[in-house]
Amino acid sequence: MLESTKESLKLEAMKRVVGLIARGKNASELFPAVVKNVASKNIELKKLVYVYLVRYAEEQQDLALLSISTFQRALKDPNQLIRASALRVLSSIRVPIIVPIMMLAIKEAATDLSPYVRKTAAHAIQKLYSLDPDQKEHLVEVIEKLLKDKSTLVAGSVVMAFEEVCPERIDLIHKNYRKLCNLLMDVEEWGQVVIINMLTRYARTQFVSPWRQDGVFEENSEKAFYDSDEEKKEGAAQTKPYVMDPDHRLLLRNTKPLLQSRNTAVVMSVAQLYWHLAPKHEVSVVTKSLVRLLRSHREVQYVVLQNIATMSIQRKGMFEPFMKSFYVRSTDATHIKTLKLEILTNLANEANISTILREFQTYVKSQDKAFAAATIQAIGRCATNISEITDACLNGLVLLLSNRDETVVAESVVVIKKLLQTQPSQHSDIIKHMAKLFDNITVRRRFIERSPSILWLIGEYCEHVPRIAPDVLRKMAKTFTSEEDIVKLQTVNLAAKLYLTNSKQTKLLTQYILNLGKYDQNYDIRDRTRFIRQLIVPNEKSGALSKYARRILLAPKPAPVLQSAFKDRDRFQLGTLSHTLNSKATGYLELSDWPDVAPDQSVRNVEVVEAVRINTRSDCYYMSGMSGMFDRVLSVLPVSPAAVTMPKSSILSPSLLSDLEGLSLSSSTTPVSSPVFVPVRPHELLHRMTGKGLAAQYHFPRQPCIYGDHMVSVQLTFNNHGDHALEDIHISEKTSTGQSIHCFRPIERLEPEASVTVSVGVDFNDSTQAASFQLCSKTERFSVSIQPAVGELLLPVTMTEQDFSREQGKLVGMNESSATITMAPETVSSQPVSKKVVSVANVGVVPSGQDNVHRFAAKLVSSGTLVLVCVVQKDSSAQLTVNTERTVVGSMLLRELQTALSSAP
Amino acid sequence: MIHSLFLINNAGDIFLEKHWKSVISRSVCDYFFEAQDKAGEPDNVSPVIRTPHHYLINIYREKIFFVSVIQTEVPPLFVIEFLHRVAEMFQDYFGECSEVAIKDNVVIVYELLEEMLDNGFPLATESNILKELIKPPTILRSMVNTITGSSNVGETLPTGQLSTIPWRRAGVKYTNNEAYFDVVEEIDAILDKSGTTVFAEIQGVIDACVKLSGMPDLTLSFMNPRLLDDVSFHPCVRFKRWESERVLSFIPPDGNFRLMSYHVNAQNLVAIPVYVRQNINFFETGSSGRVDITVGPKQTMGKTVENVIVTIHMPKVVLSANLTATQGTYTYDPVTKILVWDIGKLNQQKLPNLKGSLSLQSGAPKPEENPSLNIDLKIQQLAISGLKVNRLDMYVEKYKPFKGVKYVTKAGKFQKNWELACHEGLLRLTDLVWSSFTLMKNIPFLF
Repeated sequence: MLESTKESLKLEAMKRVVGLIARGKNASELFPAVVKNVASKNIELKKLVYVYLVRYAEEQQDLALLSISTFQRALKDPNQLIRASALRVLSSIRVPIIVPIMMLAIKEAATDLSPYVRKTAAHAIQKLYSLDPDQKEHLVEVIEKLLKDKSTLVAGSVVMAFEEVCPERIDLIHKNYRKLCNLLMDVEEWGQVVIINMLTRYARTQFVSPWRQDGVFEENSEKAFYDSDEEKKEGAAQTKPYVMDPDHRLLLRNTKPLLQSRNTAVVMSVAQLYWHLAPKHEVSVVTKSLVRLLRSHREVQYVVLQNIATMSIQRKGMFEPFMKSFYVRSTDATHIKTLKLEILTNLANEANISTILREFQTYVKSQDKAFAAATIQAIGRCATNISEITDACLNGLVLLLSNRDETVVAESVVVIKKLLQTQPSQHSDIIKHMAKLFDNITVRRRFIERSPSILWLIGEYCEHVPRIAPDVLRKMAKTFTSEEDIVKLQTVNLAAKLYLTNSKQTKLLTQYILNLGKYDQNYDIRDRTRFIRQLIVPNEKSGALSKYARRILLAPKPAPVLQSAFKDRDRFQLGTLSHTLNSKATGYLELSDWPDVAPDQSVRNVEVVEAVRINTRSDCYYMSGMSGMFDRVLSVLPVSPAAVTMPKSSILSPSLLSDLEGLSLSSSTTPVSSPVFVPVRPHELLHRMTGKGLAAQYHFPRQPCIYGDHMVSVQLTFNNHGDHALEDIHISEKTSTGQSIHCFRPIERLEPEASVTVSVGVDFNDSTQAASFQLCSKTERFSVSIQPAVGELLLPVTMTEQDFSREQGKLVGMNESSATITMAPETVSSQPVSKKVVSVANVGVVPSGQDNVHRFAAKLVSSGTLVLVCVVQKDSSAQLTVNTERTVVGSMLLRELQTALSSAP
Repeated sequence: MIHSLFLINNAGDIFLEKHWKSVISRSVCDYFFEAQDKAGEPDNVSPVIRTPHHYLINIYREKIFFVSVIQTEVPPLFVIEFLHRVAEMFQDYFGECSEVAIKDNVVIVYELLEEMLDNGFPLATESNILKELIKPPTILRSMVNTITGSSNVGETLPTGQLSTIPWRRAGVKYTNNEAYFDVVEEIDAILDKSGTTVFAEIQGVIDACVKLSGMPDLTLSFMNPRLLDDVSFHPCVRFKRWESERVLSFIPPDGNFRLMSYHVNAQNLVAIPVYVRQNINFFETGSSGRVDITVGPKQTMGKTVENVIVTIHMPKVVLSANLTATQGTYTYDPVTKILVWDIGKLNQQKLPNLKGSLSLQSGAPKPEENPSLNIDLKIQQLAISGLKVNRLDMYVEKYKPFKGVKYVTKAGKFQKNWELACHEGLLRLTDLVWSSFTLMKNIPFLF
């Protein structure tokens, strides 16, 4: 089907192929057949072929090369979507041979007029880098160029490329820092996330810490109290009030509104920015937004809760008012419940502990046993942190021992064990209670299997329970052979400890157990038994160690510290993957510490010239960046002010220019294009006979006049045909008809047979009326006049075909003048037509899709009114149309063109 | 960034894969299956899974796992948010985000994914833009396409992509210009056994359906904006004006969208509209239990309470239920152990009651806790927080929007995990009442 001549069949076939790819089936043998269709006109078919190519090009490199030329052609397509998608696919084909081609394409696309294509270029940078890291140097250059781009569309993607390719080149950011901050509001949401993360890192290296103030202050008050005068002075220097760098403030101020974003990733990244950068008292603004995220999807909750858990360890106060938002719901997933529990535990303090404990009590009874176990641990942590409630918690936990569920009981034992280790002396009754549980045999079996730590506990504190401990050992000895390995180990331990403290009662029992252990199947147990035997049973060989047996086995053990699992997570930047996993992910970029001294802040200053230019030329555009959404409306008004206030587009930087183009939907952005070259046609200004030896000629160089926006530039050439030098040639007596003339500097001396060229600017006010003035030399004066052709009052304009037809649609009726002409046979082909038109009038050629239609656009020099010319050829005749608001100019131009076109060349 | 995406159904079949960078073998999903096995329930699967060379970030929606493969550091929320957008886009295009719909439209899905990400970085995620690039499938269009051979793919770059308002497409035209706003509020509440509120908060959203021609600039103002405690907006809302004047000023996207969501922290103000009297007992002997539940309205400000559904998670030992309901129907699923009682409209005169016996697994010990109750309900024409929309103005465009009232009932569509619970102390045997309420209100709009 792929070979078929019918588009629809091909499309159907391609759809099936894509279906195969989607299901993960191998469709690579179709490669040759598919590649042929890459040049198809049908855009859907083309896209599907692209999908296929990107998937299989890496496997079939040689065949993939066949398609490259198609992409190269498409890169020059006038449609920006096609240019962009060609670049996308070209850069996605992972074939090393085409690296130079990709490089070239990226460089070209980076200067493309369409911001969309530039965005694609930014993406392509990353692809090329991953394919061939050797290209880094060149790519960094492109990134540098793109970072200067002022389009909101490009910003996010280029920062992404920056992060991937050269995150260490922080110097590239300096000049763009303020711009990025200001644009942030208008960048698309995904770009915002990337930019905010990058700026967080940047700010950490560039600004001094806003936190230091508190620390220094405290230190200093102490110092001042007892230190000598000298040191006090030093201290005073340190406490010099902290002033936040205005750029630092700018960042904080501009990101704050983004907390209200609907995109959770944006909110999270702003929250981490505040956490890492803002002064301590400002961080709490993020709390509310983070709590809001908890109402989002389960997965979002998971990540946000993790981050809150880390935050809440350091700053309890931030989340305490929202404690109830962390109450667990019965429908939460287990990992979310556990996280909420974690946070609640972190938030616990003397004031709220009773509420939290009540809440915990409910959780213990949850049907989700893993969660219930986690709750018991949380209770243990609360108990160690807040000493007032330790006893109450212990009692509660002991009650739980009679719970029917083994998990709960086992967990309680572990927690009780930990708690007891911190303060063993007072709680012998609890140990007794636990030992008593042994009486119930059925319970005990399950119970000990789950939690051998009860044996450890009894052994450790056997002195507190002298009567029960041997009894427990006796029961254990009875069932020793059928126990689990870990239980056996603990039994051996218990036996050894009892032997040391209470050898009278337990000597036989211990020996029995050691004998059993000696022949156990597990080598761990055999080893342990042998070791213990040597240690505790005195014999002649092992004198040295057994002396210390008591000290080895019954050494006081340090109490375990019950602390949050999130304690050490703050080493990672919040909101990152590494933070979520609590281990360094590939490509994680460390957040540096604050510098002691702020680096030079002037590096962020943008050169004044550029700044001023931008401000004056495109105030409105810039404002829309500054004030964010509020001004977005500007860009959709039919005529954007930004676009109108740009008469001298040649000065604007190309990127800004294209931005304006992208920004405004209207066509009033009409950058002046360079004039088409035509041969110089001199006109006589002063004949040598009348000028008594002085001859003058003028012509129109068709350049924008350097003296003023509204002037036409005219070049005058003086020749001295006389036999003596002429002195002081100048223009006096300006024109009588109201045109203003910018004179040339007087020529001091013109030798015989010499000539000199000067240029003047004349404002003709868009009329063909001649400008008359007096040309003076030292001795003579001559009245002369410059008669402009209508075609010279124009400046060419670049526009697309669509813009042309839209503008033409506006200028109909009165504003349109047209005529049908018979063309001289030589002019029938397209080349001569445009040549002729251009020679008559200073107009710009509009690229045209049809061969027989020629379009030209220009504007009047002083008023800026558009003049559109359209020639439609039909065999030997042609329809000539001129559209402009100035009807006089229009009809004159029409007449001139008519004569030019109908005459033979 | 995002390297590859796998779609996996509940049965563990990978039914779609898409790679944005080099191809990653689908064997990477084995790590995911392992985690899934360990977690048991699909909800318990950890959203971020680490494997030796990759990181898997997954979401679970509509019985489909969206598993994305990541190779380097990236904010996990970035990926999660994106995956949810993908799911929403499928919903938007095909009306439902299900395995069948995705399989039927696999080509469109592929084209969509291709447009949404470039090299793993989101490119176009606004539905308005995507719809211009790739037209959603309709029966009419597919017929036209087969006859004329035209395609579903747009040929030019959507104008929105380049402008600063990417959410709106250009050249929108309607014969009937209309705009509807639905204010939907939900209460989260925790009640204790006696019915006292332990914790309550109101969450609301304003969903809009705007079908207006051209580029309208709308301003929506409230009678009592101070009620709103914490808000988040669609990107179209101008934040500056909200801060200074407390009005929503925006150029809307075309079609359905969520204008804002808000939070009302009204600890004391929330009036719980129903009460529940329940009595669930298990007997020590005889392997049986008794159920007696009554639901009644309270403080509904004269509105009817509708769509009342009571859900009870029974203990594992409950085998079957033999009950009689005076109103509505009940079902008991012996596998999931969930008892659902669908009451419907709440009748003031005759209170609905569910009564009967439970039979337990013989020999098993009596369950030690009493199950909690979840309640869903809906009230039309009432926003429980008292939020009122004042007026809507339109600028820029000249036409008059369609004047009309439209009542929209969207039962349970926004249902998420709102529910809540109430508790009392531990170690005393207590009954738990977990209840939840949803109040919805659709404010019709008059221009």
